[in-house]
Parts: sequence; structure tokens; C-alpha cells
Amino acid sequence: MSITYLEAIREAQAKALAEDPRVYIYGQDVGRFGGAFKATKNLAEEYPGRVIDAPISEDAMIGTAIGAAIEGMRPIVEMQFADFSSIAFNQIINQAATHYWRTGVPCPFVVRLPSGGNEGSGPFHSQCMESLYSHYPGLVVLTPATVEDAYTMLLEALTIDDPVIYCEHKFLYYHLKADGLPNSSLPIGKARVARAGVHATLVTYSAMLHESLRAARELEQEGWDIEVVDLRSARPIDTDTILASVARTGRLLCVGESFPWGGLTAEVVARICAEGFHLLDAPPLRLNAKDTPIPYHPNLWRSHRPTSSSISATLRKLLRA
Amino acid sequence: MATRTAEAAAQDRTPVGGGNQEEGTPIPFQERYLKAYRSSILARQLEEKLASLYRAGKIVGGVYMGRGQESFSASLASCLDRERHDIFGPLIRDMAGRLAFGEPLLDAPRTYFGSAEGPMHGRDGNVHRGRPREGMPAMISHLGSMISVVCGMLLARKFRGQAGAVGASCIGDGGTSTGACHEALNLAGVEKLPLVLAVANNHYAYSTPCSRQYACGDLVERAAGYGFTGHSVDGTDLAACLEVFDRAVGAARAGEGPQMVVGSLLRLSGHGEHDDSSYITQEDRDAPYGRDCLRVARAQLLEKGWASESELERWDHEITDEVDAAIATAQKESGPDPLKESWHALATERLNEGFYDE
Ligand SMILES: Cc1ncc(C[n+]2csc(CCOP(=O)(O)OP(=O)(O)O)c2C)c(N)n1
Ligand SMILES: [Mg+2]
Repeated sequence: MSITYLEAIREAQAKALAEDPRVYIYGQDVGRFGGAFKATKNLAEEYPGRVIDAPISEDAMIGTAIGAAIEGMRPIVEMQFADFSSIAFNQIINQAATHYWRTGVPCPFVVRLPSGGNEGSGPFHSQCMESLYSHYPGLVVLTPATVEDAYTMLLEALTIDDPVIYCEHKFLYYHLKADGLPNSSLPIGKARVARAGVHATLVTYSAMLHESLRAARELEQEGWDIEVVDLRSARPIDTDTILASVARTGRLLCVGESFPWGGLTAEVVARICAEGFHLLDAPPLRLNAKDTPIPYHPNLWRSHRPTSSSISATLRKLLRA
Repeated sequence: MATRTAEAAAQDRTPVGGGNQEEGTPIPFQERYLKAYRSSILARQLEEKLASLYRAGKIVGGVYMGRGQESFSASLASCLDRERHDIFGPLIRDMAGRLAFGEPLLDAPRTYFGSAEGPMHGRDGNVHRGRPREGMPAMISHLGSMISVVCGMLLARKFRGQAGAVGASCIGDGGTSTGACHEALNLAGVEKLPLVLAVANNHYAYSTPCSRQYACGDLVERAAGYGFTGHSVDGTDLAACLEVFDRAVGAARAGEGPQMVVGSLLRLSGHGEHDDSSYITQEDRDAPYGRDCLRVARAQLLEKGWASESELERWDHEITDEVDAAIATAQKESGPDPLKESWHALATERLNEGFYDE
């Protein structure tokens, strides 16, 4: 049986609804319609009253999830697009993220952010928000890159006693397929060496994992053996796994799809410089989307985000240094 | 119980939200009135003490008073029933409501002093306190954002089949201008939640008069637009407030959908104790809504024969002793120790990154 990244998300939610009476799904068009991307297809029929169409009120959707969570429910909130979570930003960072610390009462829920772009999606339907949310203490931020992780990490997210920002990548929804769904996986918070290598460490996550693996294969033709680390979670960052890899390779490139100013890739580089400077044979590099809003036209869009060819070029620079 | 007037007896026959109609007898109007009054006096005295401690430099940050709004706040909370899992979501000026709902008297001074024993353990201060597991969400500063939290708490009760619980959320005239308020009220209407929104229209938001806040004639006009039942009340009149909140809470409990109660009153203090509120006009101060609600309540108590002058005086003294004791206790307690603080924000210990851990 072949299953896509999107179907894995749907299956994880179905399993959670079946097994955990505390779980319900709230989001625009998630009910009978099955969601803008069909991530909740048929769930409203299978779990009546628990998969609910929300008004276009992202602030109130998250506020409601917070209230239900502190009362013991495990809400899943689907943002129609990650970009619209900006409307809920206040509830996420000021209310949800501070709640446990301020009151001692956990605030567990999962917000699903359909992230990243496709050709033609433009500035407001393409954003990657992981860097932004990771900045705030009190949140767990997940960036699954594989069908297996999409499934197991969503299920594990629903067992965590904290607010979880689950960044699912729209570009992977239909492209990425697996033969089946796993029963277990690495726990949240652990990075995975997706490809072993010796000449450089390429740290990445989400859709950029696949561009990075392509780049690594390209460099293999040129005689370079690149180790690729899939972060899996943006918050926390598994610094130990990255350090261990850099200890083997002496070189680091971090690739992310969010904007270049600050953010997740900068955090990885800063940590490796601070904790593993002695391991480095060359200055670490980072590659992000370009420093503009996300463009509409496919020509511009393809150059805006990192691709296997821009990653390969940056790797060559790193290996020459 | 003191002698009962015909009026009070009549009140008893109206549906009583604060009572337990199926399982027991409704709480008599007089009893609720006295509870609301007592909570109001307690709040007034406690806040006055806190204000003078602030002026003496003993409290950091600020002190925010509900002076002039006690009757409105306390009467809402007096109509709620914690045994029925009701929720009270207070805001800045709801000390009286908090006390009437059952917030321990020590919570406020402990939070103002940042005591490690307080509900916020010194991590948050002043009005930003709560007991979320006991139906009292802990407000954040961002106005408008607590309403949807109460909606979510009600939704959880609905999922669990706990019918009959009511959730109250408080907001000011200024807070109604936020997008968050609009979203939450619209959502409450769509989900037909048993929400009671208490809008304390004190005619100012910090220094901003209502004319710069909204362009409709009266905020209660908005109720219909959200699918709420709207109620207006003189927020300085404790008896009137109790009647109206009783009706609103009863309607919400009976499944008649969300309710909005707009009270007209005046903030008889600065926005915070740092503010001399010189911008409040004489006209506002002289208006009917500028009356001191506690003086109104005292007159009502005497008129109804529910208390004598000497009883009122005795209550004042009793409350002074209670407040002094609470303040003395909280003031003696130590604040949190930064060296013992975990500096971890997640409940899931293994996922805390431990920046600067030893
Ligand atoms: C979203 C937001 N913006 C600004 C503030 C700063 N602020 C705190 S209280 C206040 C005035 C609130 O007025 P109102 O809602 O009428 O309540 P009142 O103080 O009169 O009780 C303002 C502007 C805030 N807390 N939240
Ligand atoms: Mg006001």
C-alpha cells in the first residue's frame, strides 16, 4: 500500500480520534468538506461532532483550543495555511506559550500549519513559520520531512503536555510517498542522520531535506560524501547529533526554507560555533530563502527558495574553503 | 436571616442563575446581594491597601483598581455556581468578582508582592493571576484575548457532556474594539455557547473616551450582530446588576445562547495608581454613572432593612482586619529564588533545551 505525506497526516488524526476521546479537530472547512487540502477527509463522518468547521477567526480558534486544553481536551487546530497563523500569533506566543510557566497548568494542543509554497502560491500562501515560532519559549515546533515522521510525530505531538506547532509542508503533501505507516520512530527532539557521509554535514528539515539529499547525490558524482542530518524538530534542536556529525566531517552547512535573518539556521550555526568551534575546518555556512517576500511567478519562486542546485553550489563553496 | 421585604421575595421567584434549581433551592436574592456587597467592600479595602503600598514603593510594576466597578463585577460572580463548573474569566477591574467567585483573599496580595507561595509564584504579577483548574483562567494583558479562552473551556464542558455550566468573561469598553473580541463573540454565537459577556463601560479606556472607541450608539447594539441576547444595566446599582446578571446567567444556563450585559459606570480611580485620571471630565463625574456603587449599595441595604448602620460599620471593621491579616501574611513570604528557578518553560521536561543549565 502506498501512502502520501498528506494521507499520513489524515491517518494520524483518524487514529488519534479513534483512540483518544480528548482529541477533536477545529479548523476552517475541516468538516464535511474535509479541509482545503483534504487532510481531514471523511473524518467528520467517521467521528461525528469532533471535526468541526470553524469561523474565519484564527485568534479565537487558538484561544478556544487553549481554553479546551487547560480543561483536559487535546485539540488539533488546522490553519488553512501557515500564513494565517499570524492572526493567531498573539494567542500562540502570549497565551499558549506562557501558560504552563505562569500557572503550572499545562496547555497541550497541536496547531497544524500547512507550510511552504508551490508555484503560484505567492507571498501569503507560502510561508514557513518555524523560525518565528521557535523563538518563543514554551512551544514545541515540529518540521517532519518524511511520510513516516508526518505520521508518528503528529501522534506523538498529541501526547505532549505542551503547545505544539506542527509545520507540515504542502510541497510534500502529494509528492512524497511511502510503502506503509510505521508503528514507532525516533522520539520528538531527536534528529536523524538521513545520509551518512564524511566530507561535510548538511543540516536541514522539512521539504529542504529532499532538495538536500538531491544535492548530496549530485556532489557524490564529484567525489564528495555529504552527511545529511534531518532535524525533525526545530524546537528543541538536537544539538548533540549535529555536533557528533560535525566531529566526523569538520564542515557545516545549514539549509532552511524560512527567511535568512536570524532563525533556525542561524541558531544551528551559532550553537555549533559556540560548542564545536574546535571541530570546524571551515567557517560554517547557511542557506535560506531569499530576503524578500515570497514571489508568485514560477521563475521567481524557484529562485527564491533553496533548491538542490543552490544547495550544491553552496556545498562546493564550503568544501573549497 | 434578617427581615425580608416583599421585593426580595419577588426576586426569589425569578429564575435564579446562581441557584441550583433542579437539585436544591435557589440562593435567595438577599443572600446573593450580601455576598456581592461583602466581596465589593473586601475588594475596595484590599485595593486601597495595595495602592498605598504601591505608593510607598513596596509593590513593583503597578496597581490596577476596580474602584467604582465593584458592584457590577461582584454581582456577575455572585450569580455563578462553582458546583456547576461555572467559569469566571476576570479582567483588570474584577477584584470584587474574583473574591465573590471564590478566589482566596491571599491570591491578590501574594501575586502583587510576587510571593513564591502565590498562584503565579512570582512569575507573573498583579492582575495577571488565576486558577485555571478551578474555573478561573489567568488573564494575559492583551485585551480581548481571554474571551475565546472561556469559549474553549465551555467547549470542553460540552464535549464532556457537562451540561448546565456557564462561562463569564469580562471586558471593558476599550477591549471591545479588538479583533480578538470580535472573533470570540462571533465564535460564541456560532457555537451557541453558554457565555455571559460582561462589558463594563466605564466611559474611558485609559484616557480615551468612548467617542474615540466606537461609533455605534450603545455597545449593547452589538449583541444582536453576534447572536447574543443583549442586556443593559446601571452598573452602579447592585440590586439592578444582580437582577440582570441573574437573568443573563439563567438564560445562558437554560440553553438560550450567549448573553451580553453592558453596564454603565465610571472608573473612580486612575487607569493604574500611576495615573491621576485628570482627563475624566467633571460632567462624567457628575453623571448618574459616576456614582460610587458602594454608597448606592449601602443605601439599598439600609432601605431594604437588610443591615443597620452599626452592622455595616461592623462589617467594614471585620473586613479591615481580614485585609490587614492577608497583606501581612503575603508581605512576610519570600519571593522566588532565581537560583532555584528551573528556567524551563515546557511542561515536558525532556524537551526543554536548558539554555544556561549547569
Ligand atoms: C491589545 C492591547 N492593547 C493595549 C493594551 C494596553 N491597555 C491596557 S488597559 C487599556 C485600556 C483598557 O480600556 P477598557 O477596555 O475600557 O478597560 P478599563 O481599563 O477602562 O477597565 C489599554 C489600552 C492592552 N492591554 N492590550
Ligand atoms: Mg473602559
